[in-house]
Amino acid sequence: VDFLFEPGFFSSSPVHVALVIGAVSAVVSAVVGVFTVVRGQSFAGHALTDVATTGGSASFFYGISPLLGFLGAGVLGAGAMELVGVQRLRGRDVATGIVLGVATGLAALYLYLDATRSATTGAAQQILFGSIFTIASSTIPFVAAMSVVTLAVIAFIYRPLLLSSLSSELAAARGIASRYVGLLFILALAISVGLSSIAIGSILSTALLIGPAATSLRLTKTLRSAFVFACVLGVVCTWLGVLFAYDSYYWFPSSQGLPVSFFIVLLIFLAYLASGLRPIRRLAQRRRDPRDGVAHVLVTSGNAAVH
Amino acid sequence: MFSGFMVNAWLIGTIVAFVGGVVGFFVVLRGAAFPAHAIPNGAFAGAAGANLIGVNPLIGLGVFSLGAALGIGRLARRGRADAVTAMALVMMLALGAAFLSQSTEYEPEIFSLLFGEILGVSRGQLLPVALLGLVCVVAVGVLYRRLLLTSIAPEIAAAQGLRPELVDTAFLVVIACATTMTVPVVGALLIFTLMIGPPAAARCFTDRAEMALAGSVVLALLTVWASLACSYTTNWPVGFFVSVFSAGWFGLGRGYAHWRSHASFEGVTDHTLVNVA
Repeated sequence: VDFLFEPGFFSSSPVHVALVIGAVSAVVSAVVGVFTVVRGQSFAGHALTDVATTGGSASFFYGISPLLGFLGAGVLGAGAMELVGVQRLRGRDVATGIVLGVATGLAALYLYLDATRSATTGAAQQILFGSIFTIASSTIPFVAAMSVVTLAVIAFIYRPLLLSSLSSELAAARGIASRYVGLLFILALAISVGLSSIAIGSILSTALLIGPAATSLRLTKTLRSAFVFACVLGVVCTWLGVLFAYDSYYWFPSSQGLPVSFFIVLLIFLAYLASGLRPIRRLAQRRRDPRDGVAHVLVTSGNAAVH
Repeated sequence: MFSGFMVNAWLIGTIVAFVGGVVGFFVVLRGAAFPAHAIPNGAFAGAAGANLIGVNPLIGLGVFSLGAALGIGRLARRGRADAVTAMALVMMLALGAAFLSQSTEYEPEIFSLLFGEILGVSRGQLLPVALLGLVCVVAVGVLYRRLLLTSIAPEIAAAQGLRPELVDTAFLVVIACATTMTVPVVGALLIFTLMIGPPAAARCFTDRAEMALAGSVVLALLTVWASLACSYTTNWPVGFFVSVFSAGWFGLGRGYAHWRSHASFEGVTDHTLVNVA
């Protein structure tokens, strides 16, 4: 056992916090992520992490709670994307890009002002890369509570969201206001992404949002199993990544370990690549549809949702 | 403002704006904003890796951005393009984090790769940037018709035997080329915002492809020049001004398109561009 788990793994309290926060973030990200991937909003999902980190650097500057900065900026950014974006897919792409550009520009400004005013080094790196090992255990209750809120919002709009993601015509025919459902979803996305980027860093936030969801949508036949598989995959990758990162402190003579985000992302990336090795199902193969691979899943689970 | 180190900044800013305006026109037309963000941002990992093993950072940047372009192009044939792009981006960033953890890199260097250091450009950096910029513009010139056709009239492109996935990959390589040249000089942020705001604004002002392309270049040049002037006066980062001005053009463009569509019931459409193609 010592070969696999280096001494102190189970008694270290940063490890406990990392395992708990990592699992919570992985589950919420996986659930929100399945919808994000199905709706083709991966870019927005990633951009919102950068918007949230801008809020983080602004909160350093104004001296307010980083948590407030992360969540507030994320929600503002999501609102701006909805406001700027037109309904067409290509317009949404540009709107996301514009909001992302402004947010990154503001981040540059705040990081510059932070550096000139207080000479705190490490702020940029902390904000950009974060670390699951450095979060305080006192943030767990808040992160858990907000996660429950996010999941509740998703559960509340589950059916209309599913329908308007599958087919906007069908949703319109059933009297669903897709615009408001989409707005609620992107707000839930912003909160989930803001939480995970403060808890586990912005790289991991995007990886846990898109990776497990995209992988499981390729492998599962129904949407329900896609949710379950994505959650399991996210949690397994996170826990293994934490374990490897902990062990890696003993791998090099310099005692300089590799970051936990590296391991988690690597595992998620390998899982995604492996899922692509499966032969494409005939249904998805008929043409080069941007929604390929998902089409099948949607048809089956969509029927289940309608009936 | 026009002497000493600022001369290099004006020159390099002009080159970068020109290339950004040209390449950005197709980034917006093809809905490729995510790869245009992912490739420059992820490529910084290459620079960090090159620093670690003692190679010229430009080589690391080139290898990573080219690898990202080809990888996204290849994987996107089997999966959803945006999910593939996200996966490629996080993998590169995670590698970057791993490289940084093993090196004694100073934080200011990371900062400059992301946000740029255009005011610290040396004369020696001018030539490689100008050459790579020329390669990008020539490549767009050669691909021009194919890029336009596959973006706005896929049916016609298919009828002419064009393979959209090849054109996609070729365009991603152009973005990678533009990235390698610009990231060490102006940072990942600046080149990304230049490739989105000005071209998207230009498309609101005209329906003709050539006019939109020219407008995109003009707006990009104005953005960079104004930003350099503002940055020189205030000492704030150039990237901040570039992003704000780019978004400002876009806001103006959308406002104009809105006003015009209400005045004549005619919006900006892809169909008018088809006639030109």
